[in-house]
Amino acid sequence: MSRLLIRRGRVLDPATETDAVADLLLVEGRVEALGRDLRAEDVSVVDASGCWVCPGFLDLHSHLREPGQEYKEDIGTGGRAAAAGGFTAVACMANTHPVNDDPAMTDFIIDRAEHDSPVRVYPVAAATKGLEGQVMTEMAALVAAGAVAFSDDGKTIMDSGVMRRVLEYSRLVEAAIITHAEDRTLVAGGVVNEGPVSTRLGLPGNPAIAEELLVARDLLLARHTGAHLHVAHVSTRGAIDHIRRARDAGVHVTAEVSPHHLTLTDEQALEFDTNAKVAPPLRSAEDRDACRAALCDGTIDAIATDHAPHALHEKELDFREAPPGMIGFETAVAVVLDLVRNREITPLEWVRRMSTNPARILRVSGGSLAHGAVADVTIVDPTRVWTYDPVKGYSKSVNSPWAGQTLEGRATHTIVGGEIVYDVERGILI
Amino acid sequence: MIGRDLLGIEDLERSEIERILDTADHMREIGTRDVKKVPTLRGRTIINLFFEASTRTRASFEIAGKRLSADVINFSPGSSSLKKAESILDTAKTLDAMDPDAVVVRHEVSGVPRRIADVLEAPVINAGDGAHEHPTQALLDCFTVRQVKGRIDGLTVTIVGDILHSRVARSNIHAFRKLGAEVRVAAPPTMLPIAIEETLGVKAFTSLREALDGADVVMALRIQNERLAGAFFPSVREYSATFGIDRAKLHYAKEDAIVMHPGPINRGVELSHDLTDHRPSVILDQVRNGVAVRMAVLYLFAGRAPRAAGPPGPGAGA
Repeated sequence: MSRLLIRRGRVLDPATETDAVADLLLVEGRVEALGRDLRAEDVSVVDASGCWVCPGFLDLHSHLREPGQEYKEDIGTGGRAAAAGGFTAVACMANTHPVNDDPAMTDFIIDRAEHDSPVRVYPVAAATKGLEGQVMTEMAALVAAGAVAFSDDGKTIMDSGVMRRVLEYSRLVEAAIITHAEDRTLVAGGVVNEGPVSTRLGLPGNPAIAEELLVARDLLLARHTGAHLHVAHVSTRGAIDHIRRARDAGVHVTAEVSPHHLTLTDEQALEFDTNAKVAPPLRSAEDRDACRAALCDGTIDAIATDHAPHALHEKELDFREAPPGMIGFETAVAVVLDLVRNREITPLEWVRRMSTNPARILRVSGGSLAHGAVADVTIVDPTRVWTYDPVKGYSKSVNSPWAGQTLEGRATHTIVGGEIVYDVERGILI
Repeated sequence: MIGRDLLGIEDLERSEIERILDTADHMREIGTRDVKKVPTLRGRTIINLFFEASTRTRASFEIAGKRLSADVINFSPGSSSLKKAESILDTAKTLDAMDPDAVVVRHEVSGVPRRIADVLEAPVINAGDGAHEHPTQALLDCFTVRQVKGRIDGLTVTIVGDILHSRVARSNIHAFRKLGAEVRVAAPPTMLPIAIEETLGVKAFTSLREALDGADVVMALRIQNERLAGAFFPSVREYSATFGIDRAKLHYAKEDAIVMHPGPINRGVELSHDLTDHRPSVILDQVRNGVAVRMAVLYLFAGRAPRAAGPPGPGAGA
């Protein structure tokens, strides 16, 4: 009988508005009790003094690369990296090879995750066949197979008519359509944010308007169709303004922002480090500050890593050819705790954006420590100082802009279904 | 003290630029001798690593190296064949293992010389990267202006053409500004990079007439073939009518203004025929001075005492 008692942590549960030092008892994969000085027989005990006890973190946006690009990552290594970062669940994008646009592929991912991954894996299926932006996928069958949302992610649906139908049809299955909103004709080969940095370096610029225009289009289509639109990795002030206005007008829109867009700017590319190449690109300090403010005031609902592993030999290509993306599972907690340290957000609201809101957006279990809730728990030591070495991390890839940096804050325990799957002292346990 | 690599003018101090130009003054004399060769770099190996096709710049570097008695090896892998197959850094490390005394790099993407310099033991000289920098071109342009005008301080230099895609423009903006000139750029709005005035410290014009008013130096840039027809301007005819330099438009500039072009020239597009071939154009002086400036660069960067053997240390960048 699986029984785990987490003692004397600061319990932060947005679902029940709890912020108090207490004990948490997990029994048989469920939250059994929350209270002071709980007593229980035959339990394993975790001392969480000085730490935060939170409902398990859920990463809405990641790339696990399996099937097809296992040299970058697979469901097992990606799942272990997620666990080591404090995530009890991750959603994985459909741009695998073959594309996850078929119930059999969704089945495969779920089956593989059950065997290989210590954390829950929620497949996001393609919105159109082959990510080609033309024929919509079998959403009902995909949802039945376990898909939790739909997205063509980086292969933005440029045809507004197709996007309209996809949004309309998604109401049948009540799942979010996730948009990577960038107008390809405006991106026009841009590899860094269009601004002083692109001008100095002579690299093709990707303008903020490319994101703003597509966010505005998709919000209008969401309003027209009544569908749930989720805007991935918001990076510009302009896009945030559109989202805020649309939500005020009653549009069903949610949004996420990445740790890198919350903390880094386009100046990260000044040394031509391809680990600073990401889509959408790192933006100006003004955009970054707007993202921080929007996350804190609730305009942006969630933090999502967009964990995008690429092999070293790919990132060693020149800045134009190197693929965009950076890994993020293992650094996310430390990086975004910056917002708490700066007192821009309270710990409870921070946890809401790491756990409760992502679960709500995907309509999956988790995000709560209420009695009877699924026993997915993340314990965070917000002051633990450590040095990040991606080579020693669990991901197969090392493309991180935080490599070698000393970071503050780290998940110490990741608990999935009442079982400890990661412990910072002992590593991955299953 | 000059750094290990020559990656861009942006990294140089004014005194460093002047030292290179002064050294080039001495080198120029060698080119006027019967026997145009000195033993300065005898026993040194210089690799011209040109990922992007080039005839003029490569020939200029090759002649410069040979006049200093260096062994010059040309290696032109061609970007397309390399792109997918082998990483640029692997190619560079392979060449580095042959112990060259300098590697001269050209690549069609900004930043490649910088990334190569990060992993190489040998000094890296940038011979042009993407739309980023082309430092030896700017040095030879400054050298030519100094030769003809006697100074750079206080001059007004107007660069005309596709600023957005031009490494020559960026390097020249840095170089002429550091040497005390006022720099202006003139182009159709589609070819002016965003925020150029505050980012690079120039005045930007879309009126050629205003940009040339009072200019001492008029530098026309080449319109790249792939942009001759397309998204950035409607037609060659319209470009040439609005931004092509001919004698009539040159009247907007100072009476004794000189005309420059980094070559190769699209005759009748950026410059009219007669301006290309006659004064006040100094285009062939630029080419001639290019050899002297590159001799100076090779002497200063490839001519140092060889480093002690051993693996490169961490953070070997400039």
